[in-house]
Amino acid sequence: MIQDHYIIIQNDKIANNIYKMVVEGDTKVVISPGQFVNIRIEGCFLRRPISICDWNDKTITLLYKVVGKGTEILSEMKPLTKLDMLVGLGNGFSIKDSKVPMLIGGGIGLAPLFGLCRRMPQKTVVVIGADTQRSLFFVDEFKSLGADVIISTDDGSEGTKGFVTDAIKTNNIECDYFYTCGPMPMMNALNTYLPETVPGQFSLESRMGCGFGACVGCSIETTNGVKRICKDGPVFYRNDLRNECHKM
Amino acid sequence: MVNISVNLNGVQLQNPIIPASGTFGFGNEFRDFYDVNILGAISIKGTTKEPRYGNPQPRIAECSSGMINSVGLQNPGIDTVVNKEIPNLRKFYHQPIIANISGFSIDEYVECCNKVDALVDIIEVNVSCPNVHNGGMSFGTNPESAAMVTKAVKAVTTKPVFIKLTPNVTDIVSIAKACENAGADGLTLINTLLGMRIDIKRRKPIIANKMGGFSGPAIFPVAIRMVYQVAKACSIPIIGCGGVSNVDDVIEMMMAGATAVEVGTANLIEPMTCKTIIQQLPNRLLEIGFNNIQDIIGII
Ligand SMILES: Cc1cc2nc3c(=O)[nH]c(=O)nc-3n(C[C@H](O)[C@H](O)[C@H](O)COP(=O)(O)OP(=O)(O)OC[C@H]3O[C@@H](n4cnc5c(N)ncnc54)[C@H](O)[C@@H]3O)c2cc1C
Ligand SMILES: Cc1cc2nc3c(=O)[nH]c(=O)nc-3n(C[C@H](O)[C@H](O)[C@H](O)COP(=O)(O)O)c2cc1C
Ligand code: FES
Repeated sequence: MIQDHYIIIQNDKIANNIYKMVVEGDTKVVISPGQFVNIRIEGCFLRRPISICDWNDKTITLLYKVVGKGTEILSEMKPLTKLDMLVGLGNGFSIKDSKVPMLIGGGIGLAPLFGLCRRMPQKTVVVIGADTQRSLFFVDEFKSLGADVIISTDDGSEGTKGFVTDAIKTNNIECDYFYTCGPMPMMNALNTYLPETVPGQFSLESRMGCGFGACVGCSIETTNGVKRICKDGPVFYRNDLRNECHKM
Repeated sequence: MVNISVNLNGVQLQNPIIPASGTFGFGNEFRDFYDVNILGAISIKGTTKEPRYGNPQPRIAECSSGMINSVGLQNPGIDTVVNKEIPNLRKFYHQPIIANISGFSIDEYVECCNKVDALVDIIEVNVSCPNVHNGGMSFGTNPESAAMVTKAVKAVTTKPVFIKLTPNVTDIVSIAKACENAGADGLTLINTLLGMRIDIKRRKPIIANKMGGFSGPAIFPVAIRMVYQVAKACSIPIIGCGGVSNVDDVIEMMMAGATAVEVGTANLIEPMTCKTIIQQLPNRLLEIGFNNIQDIIGII
C-alpha cells in the first residue's frame, strides 16, 4: 500500500446518486480486483473507503454512491483536483478455475465486480440488483465484456421484480463458483439460497478507523479466527465465513 | 545541533515520539510507510491475559474532530504477545518497546506484567478497565484501586512501570498522586474519553456497544489540562497523550509537563504523522528559541 496524491481527471454522475470518478497516479500497488482506496476528504475526520472499480497503468476508476457528507463533497470535486489517497489496500478477489462463474452485485457493491469481470478468462453471468431502474449503472459496460447480464429491481421497473436471488431463480441460473459484493442482507440471502456445495467469495464492508490494519476497528470472527476486513479482507472465502458474518 | 532525546526514568529515547497503544498494532502495518526505527519508542497493542475478540460491529464512529472506538481490547492474549508478537517486532525494530497491559482483576495485571517484564523496556499499565470483582468499576476511577494495581505490578516487575490514567474522573490529580505514592515510575495520560453518537435515521447508537472511547484532536485541550495539573502535583515523568497530530502539539504537550508524547488516532488518518513530526521537531524548536528539548519540559 502507498499514500499518494492522485489527480481527478473525470467525475461524472452516471445514475441516480451514483458517480464515476477517474483519478491519475501511481497504480503499481493495485494487484487484484476488489482492493480499495481510502480517501482523505477535507471536512471529514476519517478517510472514506471506496473499492477500485477498475485500473490500468495510469488510472484508477472509482464508482460511488452519495450517501452522506463525505461522498457529497466528493461528488462536487472538479477535474484537476488533487486527492490524498491510501491505495492498494486489502486482499481482493482471486480468480478461480470454474466453468460457470456468477458475479452478483447489489447496489454500489457492483463496482469492484467490473474490474474482476474484465480479468476473468471465461464467460460470466453477472447478476445486478438495484432498487429501481434509475439506479442501474454499468449494464452496457458489463455486456461489452461479453457477460450475460441479469437484472433485478426492488420495484420491478427493470428485470425481475425482487431481489437478486429471485432473478437467479427466474432465469434458472446454476453456477459452480460465485463472487459477490453488496449490502449485507443481500449477501445473507445469497448465502442461504446458493447450495452449500458451491464455493465463492464475499466482499464485506464495515466502518473503518484506518483501512490498513492498525486499529482493529473492522474485525470479524471467521472460522479461521479474528480477521480484519480492511487488511485480511475485504474479500473472504465462503467457507471462512461463519453464518453470523453475513448477518452483521 | 538540536538535542531531541529524552529520558523516561532511565530509558533513553532518541526522540520523544511514541505511537500510542492500539493505534499502531505491533508495528507491522506502518513498515509500508516508513522505517519504524526512527521512533522514540512504540507502545504496542493493549494486552490481556486471555485472547479477546472484543466488541461487536460497528466499533467505529466518526466525530467532528475525532472518532469513537469500541474495539473492546481485542488482542491475541499475553502468551501470543510474549511468544510471537514481541519477538517478531524485535526482528525489524531496535528501539525501546512499551508493553501496554490491561486486566479485569489484579491477578490478571500481575500475571501479564510478570510475563512481559523481561522482553520490554517499559510497562504501561492501562487502568481504564472494569474491575470484575468490584461491580465493573474501572480501576482507574479511584485512588485506592489505582494504587492497588500499581503496588501489585511493581512487586513483580523490574522495568519502569507507567500507569496510564483515564480522564473519565472528577479529580485526576488525586489518582495520579496515589499511583506515585504506590511506587509508579511514571504516568501516561490520557486515555480516551467516554463518548457516544446516534444515527438519527436509524434511531440507534452508531456503536453496537452504544458507547466507546473518544479520541483525536478534539480531546487535545483536555489532555493538556490534565498533563499540566498532574505535572504540577507529581515529580515522576509523564508521557502526554491525547489528540496530538503535529509538531506544535508535541511542543505544547511537553511545555505542559510531558517528558515524551504519544501520538494515537493521528496515525490512523495520516500514517506518516510520527515521521513528519520527528523530521520537523529540531527546526521547530530552533524557531521558537530552543536547542535542547529538555528545556521545554514543564516550562509553564
Ligand atoms: C472496503 C469498502 C469498500 C467500499 N466501496 C465502496 C464503493 O466502491 N462505492 C461506494 O459508493 N461506497 C463504497 N463503500 C462504502 C463507503 O465507504 C461509504 O458509503 C462512505 O464511507 C460514506 O461516507 P459519507 O461521508 O458519504 O457518509 P456518512 O454516513 O456521513 O459517513 C459517516 C461515517 O460512516 C462511515 N460509513 C458510512 N457508511 C458506510 C459504509 N457503508 N461502509 C463503511 N463505512 C461507512 C463513513 O466512512 C464515515 O466514517 C465501501 C466501504 C468499504 C468498507
Ligand atoms: C482504536 C484505538 C484503540 C486503542 N487501544 C488502546 C489500548 O489497547 N490500550 C490503551 O491503553 N489505550 C488504547 N487506546 C487509547 C490511545 O492509546 C490513546 O490514549 C487515546 O486514543 C488518546 O490519544 P489520541 O487522541 O492521540 O488517539 C486506543 C485508542 C484507539 C483510537
Ligand atoms: S479499519 Fe483499522 S484495522 Fe481495519
